[in-house]
Amino acid sequence: MDARFVPLFVIIPLASAFLIPLFAKLWQRSADLIANAVGAVLAGLSVYGALSLFTGSQVLVYRLGGWHPSLGITLAYDHLTALVVLAVNIVGLCALLFAVRYLDHYTGRWKFYALFMLILVGLNGVSVTGDMFNLFVFTEIAAVSSYALVAFGTDFDELEAGFKYMVIGEIGGAAILLAIALLYAKASTLNMAVVSQVMAGFGRTPLFWLIVAMFLVGFAIKMAMVPFHAWLPDAHPSAPAPVSALLSGVFIKVLGVYAMSRVMFNVFGLSRANAAGFFNLLIGFGVLSIVAGGLLAYAQKDYKRLLAYSSISQIGYILIGLGIGNYWGIVGALFHILAHALGKGLLFLTAGSVEHATGTRDLDRLSGLEKRMPATAWSYLLGSLSLAGVPPFAGFFSKFFIIVGALSADMYWLAILAALFSTVTLGYLVKVANRAFFARRDREPTAAREAPAVMVVAMLGLLVLTIVLGVGFKPVVDRLVGPAANVLLQGLGYAQGILGM
Amino acid sequence: MIPYFACILLVLIGLYAVVTKRNIVRIIIGFSLVEYAINLFFALVGFKREGIPPIITELGQSRSNFVDPLPQALVLTAIVIGLATTALMLALAMRIYEKYRTFDITEIRRLRG
Amino acid sequence: MRGMSPVVQVIARLLAGLLFLFGTYIVMHGHLTPGGGFAGGVLVAAAFILMSLAFGSVEHTERNSYTLSSVVESLGGVLFVCLALAGYVAVAYFFQNAATYGTGTPLKLISGGMILPANIAIGIKVGAGLFAVFLALGASRFVMKD
Repeated sequence: MDARFVPLFVIIPLASAFLIPLFAKLWQRSADLIANAVGAVLAGLSVYGALSLFTGSQVLVYRLGGWHPSLGITLAYDHLTALVVLAVNIVGLCALLFAVRYLDHYTGRWKFYALFMLILVGLNGVSVTGDMFNLFVFTEIAAVSSYALVAFGTDFDELEAGFKYMVIGEIGGAAILLAIALLYAKASTLNMAVVSQVMAGFGRTPLFWLIVAMFLVGFAIKMAMVPFHAWLPDAHPSAPAPVSALLSGVFIKVLGVYAMSRVMFNVFGLSRANAAGFFNLLIGFGVLSIVAGGLLAYAQKDYKRLLAYSSISQIGYILIGLGIGNYWGIVGALFHILAHALGKGLLFLTAGSVEHATGTRDLDRLSGLEKRMPATAWSYLLGSLSLAGVPPFAGFFSKFFIIVGALSADMYWLAILAALFSTVTLGYLVKVANRAFFARRDREPTAAREAPAVMVVAMLGLLVLTIVLGVGFKPVVDRLVGPAANVLLQGLGYAQGILGM
Repeated sequence: MIPYFACILLVLIGLYAVVTKRNIVRIIIGFSLVEYAINLFFALVGFKREGIPPIITELGQSRSNFVDPLPQALVLTAIVIGLATTALMLALAMRIYEKYRTFDITEIRRLRG
Repeated sequence: MRGMSPVVQVIARLLAGLLFLFGTYIVMHGHLTPGGGFAGGVLVAAAFILMSLAFGSVEHTERNSYTLSSVVESLGGVLFVCLALAGYVAVAYFFQNAATYGTGTPLKLISGGMILPANIAIGIKVGAGLFAVFLALGASRFVMKD
C-alpha cells in the first residue's frame, strides 16, 4: 500500500492552525468553516487509512525527507495506529461540530480553533510517529495547547485548574525528556525500531529499569492513573465542553496509554513472559484507579467533575487489560480505548449541552431536563449504559473481553472486581440521570431549551457510532482491534516491519 | 561522571522549588531549573573526549573527532518547547494575579474534592 | 510602556541595527555555521524588543504591532509548511529537499537546496512570534481586554 497519506494527519491540522488566525482577521466565522472542514477531512482520512490496512499489509512506513530509518524520522502506520487515529479524529470532528454553537458565549473563537487544531496535530503526530524524540515533541505540542485551552474561560476556576494542570503535566513531560536522554545515551539512536534492536542486546540492567521507570512516570502523569491523577478532576471540567470531550475521550489515552504501550511493548520488548513484575505493577495501578476513581465519582456534585473521575476509573480498566497481557486482555483494553473515547466524548458533550442551556453544572440545581431536552437526555442515558457495560453497547464488549482475558490468565479476583465495579460505574452515571434529567418531586423542572441542531447532530453522531461499535463488534475486533493487539503482542517484531526485514 | 550527577542534583533542586514554594513565580523558576538541567544532561550525552565542534570550517577536513551533533539539535528543540511552556506559564500567572490579586498558591484554592 | 533615558535610547538605536543584521546573518548561514532559523529569529526579535523597551510605546501602536507580528508569524508558519509540502508534491516525501541545484557544498551560501528558505521561514516565524510573546506579556493591558 502507498503510505503517502500518513503525514497528512499532521500536515493538514498544522497548516490550518496557521491559516485560521490569518483568515479570521478577514472574516471571523471563517474559523468555524476551516476547522470543521479539516475535522471532516481528517476523519475521512483516518477511515481511509483503517480500510487501506484491511488489504493485507501489516505496517505502512513513511520516511520523512526520504531518509533511511536509522538517520531520519519515520512515520509508521499499523493497526494500532489506525485504531488510535480513528478514535482521535472521530471524537475531534464531533467536538468541532459541537463547538460551532457552544462557543457562542466565549470570545476569541479563532484562538480556540487554532489551539484545537494544534491538539489534533499533537495527538495524530504521537500516533503516527516512529521516533522517540518526535514522540516527545508531539506530546508537548498537544500538552501545551491543552493547558491553554483548559484556562480558556479565564475565570477563577479555569485559571487555577490550568496552572495546576500545567505544573503537573510539565513534570511528566520533563520525566519523558529525561528518559529519552538516558535512552539516547544508551542506544545512540532515536528511531523506535532501531532503538528496540539495540536495547534487545543490552539485557535488563538497573539502567534499563531506570529508563522504563522514567517513561512510566511521565506517561502515568499524562494518563492520570491514580497516584498521579490530581490534575485531571480539575482540568477536564474547567475546559470548554468540546475540549473536555477531546481531553477525556482521547487525549489521556493517546499521550498516556498508547504512547506507553508502544514504548513498553514494541521498543523495550516487555511482555508478560519476560517482565511479570512490570505487568503486575500495571494491574496494581489499574485496580487502584478503578477503585479510587469510581468511589470518588460517587461523591461529586458537579456534572463534569463526576465524569472526570469516571475517566480515571475507566483508564484503570484499560490498564488492567494491558496488565493482564494476553490476547483477550489487550483486545479488551484497545476496544475500551474506542468505546470509552466515543462514550465519554458523548457524555462530556451532553454536559456541555446542559451547561449551554441552563448555565450551571451543579447537579443540585438541575432537575427534570428530560422533558425539555429529550435528545440530550437520551444521548446521556444510552451513552452511560455503554460506559457501564450494558449489552449491546460498545462498553459491554470491552469489559467482557477484559474479563475473558483475566479468566484465561487465572486471575479470578480481577475478573470479579472488574464486573463489580462496572455496577459502580452504572451507579454514579445513573445518579446524574436521576438528578439532572428526571423530575424530582421536591423540585420544579429547570427551565431550559433543547440544544441547537448542530450540537444535537454532534451528540447523535457519537451515539450512533457507540451503538454501531457495540452491535458490529465482530468485524471491528477481527479487522482492527485484534490485529492491533497482535502489534503489541509481537513485541520486538515491530522493528522488522519498520526496517523492512 | 560528576557532571551527570550535578545535572540530576539540579533537577532535584528544581523539583524541590516546584513542590515546596508557595509563590507562583518561584514555582515557574523552579520549573525552568528542571528544564535546563535536563537540557544540560542531554547536551552532556553528546560529550566526546578531545572532540571538536561538528562544523566544517575548511574543505576536506577530517570529521573523525566531531562530537555528536544530534543531542545539541535535540536540546535546541527542547529549549524551544521550554520557551513556549515558560511563556504560557507566565501568561497564566499574570492572569491569575489579575483575578486573585495574589501569587500565593495557598490562597488560590477554590477547587477541591 | 514608558521609554527610558536618552543614554539608553542612543545606545539602543546604535545596537538595534547591528542586532538585526547579526540576526539575519545567523538565519542566512544556518546551513553553514551554528545557529539557524531559531537562534537568528531570537536575535531579530531582540532588536525589536530593545527598541520598544528603550523608546516606549503607546497602546494603539502596541496593539497594531501585536496584530502585525501575529499575522507575520502565521505567514512564516504557512511558508514553512509550504516549503515542506513542496518536497511532498514535487518529489516524494514530506520535507524532502525539493531544490534541483545540488544538495549542498560546504562554505557556500547558495547551496543546500531548501534548507536556506526553510531557515528564513523559521526566522520570520520565531522573530515575529517572540516579539508577539513579548508584547503579550509586557504590554498586556490591551491583549487582556480582548
